[in-house]
Amino acid sequence: MAGYDSGSIVGAHYLDGDHAASEGAIAAGCNFVAGYPITPSTEVVERLAWRFPITGGTFIQMEDEIASSIAIQGAVWGGAKAMTVSSGPGISLMMEHIGLAAMTEVPCVFVNVQRGGPSTGLPTLPAQADMMQARWGSHGDYEVIALAPSSPQECFDLLIHAFNLSEQYRVPVLFMMDESIGHMTERVVIPPSKQIKLVPRRFTKLGPGEYLPYRAGDDLVPEMTQAGVGHKVHITGLTHDEQGYPVMNADCQHQLVTRLVDKIRNNVDKIAFYHEDEIEGADVVVVTYGITSRVSMRAIRAARQEGLKVGHLRLVVVWPFIEEYIRSLAGKVKALVVPEINLGQMVLEVERCARGQCEVVLVSHAGGTVHNPQVIYDAIMEAGR
Amino acid sequence: MTDVAETCVQENPVERYLRMDRIPHIWCPGCGIGTTVNCFARAIEQADVDLEKLAIVSGIGCTGRVAGYLNFDSFHTTHGRAIPFATGLKLANPDLKVVVYSGDGDLVAIGGNHFIHAARRNADLTVICVNNFNYAMTGGQAAPTTPLDAMGTTAPYGVCERPFNLPFLAKSCGAVYVARWTTYHVRQITKAMVEAMNKDGFSFVEIISPCPTLYERRNRLGSGLDRMKWFKENSVIKNGSDTRNIDIAYQQPIICGKFVDIDRPSLLEVTEAKIGDIRGKQRWADVSRRQKKSIEQTE
Amino acid sequence: MAKESATSVSSEEKSAGAPKKARGQVYILQERCKGCGYCVEFCPLGVLVMSSRFNAKGYHYPEVAHAEKCSGCDLCGMYCPDFSIHGARRPTKE
Repeated sequence: MAGYDSGSIVGAHYLDGDHAASEGAIAAGCNFVAGYPITPSTEVVERLAWRFPITGGTFIQMEDEIASSIAIQGAVWGGAKAMTVSSGPGISLMMEHIGLAAMTEVPCVFVNVQRGGPSTGLPTLPAQADMMQARWGSHGDYEVIALAPSSPQECFDLLIHAFNLSEQYRVPVLFMMDESIGHMTERVVIPPSKQIKLVPRRFTKLGPGEYLPYRAGDDLVPEMTQAGVGHKVHITGLTHDEQGYPVMNADCQHQLVTRLVDKIRNNVDKIAFYHEDEIEGADVVVVTYGITSRVSMRAIRAARQEGLKVGHLRLVVVWPFIEEYIRSLAGKVKALVVPEINLGQMVLEVERCARGQCEVVLVSHAGGTVHNPQVIYDAIMEAGR
Repeated sequence: MTDVAETCVQENPVERYLRMDRIPHIWCPGCGIGTTVNCFARAIEQADVDLEKLAIVSGIGCTGRVAGYLNFDSFHTTHGRAIPFATGLKLANPDLKVVVYSGDGDLVAIGGNHFIHAARRNADLTVICVNNFNYAMTGGQAAPTTPLDAMGTTAPYGVCERPFNLPFLAKSCGAVYVARWTTYHVRQITKAMVEAMNKDGFSFVEIISPCPTLYERRNRLGSGLDRMKWFKENSVIKNGSDTRNIDIAYQQPIICGKFVDIDRPSLLEVTEAKIGDIRGKQRWADVSRRQKKSIEQTE
Repeated sequence: MAKESATSVSSEEKSAGAPKKARGQVYILQERCKGCGYCVEFCPLGVLVMSSRFNAKGYHYPEVAHAEKCSGCDLCGMYCPDFSIHGARRPTKE
């Protein structure tokens, strides 16, 4: 069954989410990973440390997460496709460099295998409490893309998608796994590389003198280059003009930051990725992401058996948030039920977008385990009454 | 005055390596950073460096602005993180010559952890540290390099902490080339930069520089020129000196020279030796067979 | 830049002629100077003095006092933090 193809292990495998994500990175053409051990994400870097020499990639274990999160950006300017992996405490340390990647428009992927927080929290147990940090964790105005897989298979598939989005929009992409997905072992099918669609880096064809690293076309995404090819670019985290040179004034700030935000906000429809299940005509729609999607399915099935019209909206891309969709959905249902392993994060977005048109019910959980489907069931039944 | 006509009929040799559309620079009158850039411009001509493949990485601060003035692929990163950025850049693209050019606060305070680890793993980087004894960009605060008893805005009664001895730090962590000079020693700086860039592995050049606007003013040490004269009179050149004995004390002679010039396999060399024959062998079954074979051979 | 050099040329070009014996020549962009005085202080042959005049930024800039002494060693160029002065050797053959 299993074979080999461009470094990927093709065929059906029995892998946990961390290992599946590692294979997803390889299949995505990722060839540079810098990381630092942290539970529950360590298996990702362990596997890549073993696999990368074989596939031609480079793995380096840096001295801390801060170093990891900027080493990958150096690697991208060296021409690599790069990723780093961590969990809550490490991701907190990386926040400045998520801002740098957004500001300097470096395509790269940050994998966060979420665990209970705050601080050291619950290293070996799951949570989904970093969702707002993913969106707002670094200072200043910026936009990122974040995805939430709900199975080892999705850890593989969606990590490839994460790389593709980062290349398409020149933006850091956060891959929001959690401990239960990371350590859940399931069947993972890896297709031949021919069947995997990769978005290549958008290298400029312009020569030195013509190319401006931050001149964007209509899609607001500038073309890339790399060091050593003669463009002699200057890249800075300071507010910069199209040439990449620092400019300290309100006009330049407005132009740059507006473009960084608009290149994502204007493309929400293209970036959006969600699964709908019996949304049409539903009285109650359960809005989920990540592991909670799977826990909710049992509650949803049980509620449907009781005769309730329950829809299930599973967000795969969580950021940017599908505002228009939720706004329109809220006008058609009695209630939106949002179970998540935190004390209320994505529910705030749902509430904001619902604009009071329907009831929005949070089914919270402080973390450490997944929900008991009973509490989600109860919330659905209560909302549908 | 019987002056002779002096006109700019010939280009300053440094200009071909500068982003002239960004000159004049932001550095204060008498600041030594520009002097080190002159030395660097001359050094890259003498060093065994392909200028197309030269990349400059800086952190934040006055010296951090060097990347923005040099006309190479240049990266002005976050505070303290020039070294890990440069490590990623070099590992991803070993054809590049990567030079980290930053200040003392950036490299050894907030970036101290990266500094020691890059030296430990012998990352293939040349690190140039302009040490002006304080945080200048933010207004003259004390740094881990400020000599004991010197004043800083955050040390209004004098610094109470012992400063880093940077060459000792670099050497003890494994750097293969370590030198210290002051901005008075322009020829020696240039030579040190050439030698450092010609090394494989982690090479380090510390350059003591005046900061007349902040460090010298707050400590009443006079102008930049006064400071340069002081460097001239109070520098003691002791090549090969034991780095344990070259601490810098407030207004005491500064020991300069080349202290370390050794060969030790660099990170890239060691990596290549370890996994070079595995690379590209997509089947790990093949790898284990090879490993098995080599084990059998050694037995 | 071009403007800077032009100013320097027009105001300074008196074609007094460099003495033939000088082995080198100094080139000064007085408008870029910030008056640190390093070049004057450290010129090993005493070619330069600080001008009593000011440039547009209000700094005194260096002037050549003894052109005949210049060896073109370029030490002034290496010291100058503002890239406003450098020396060059003259061609040996006229």
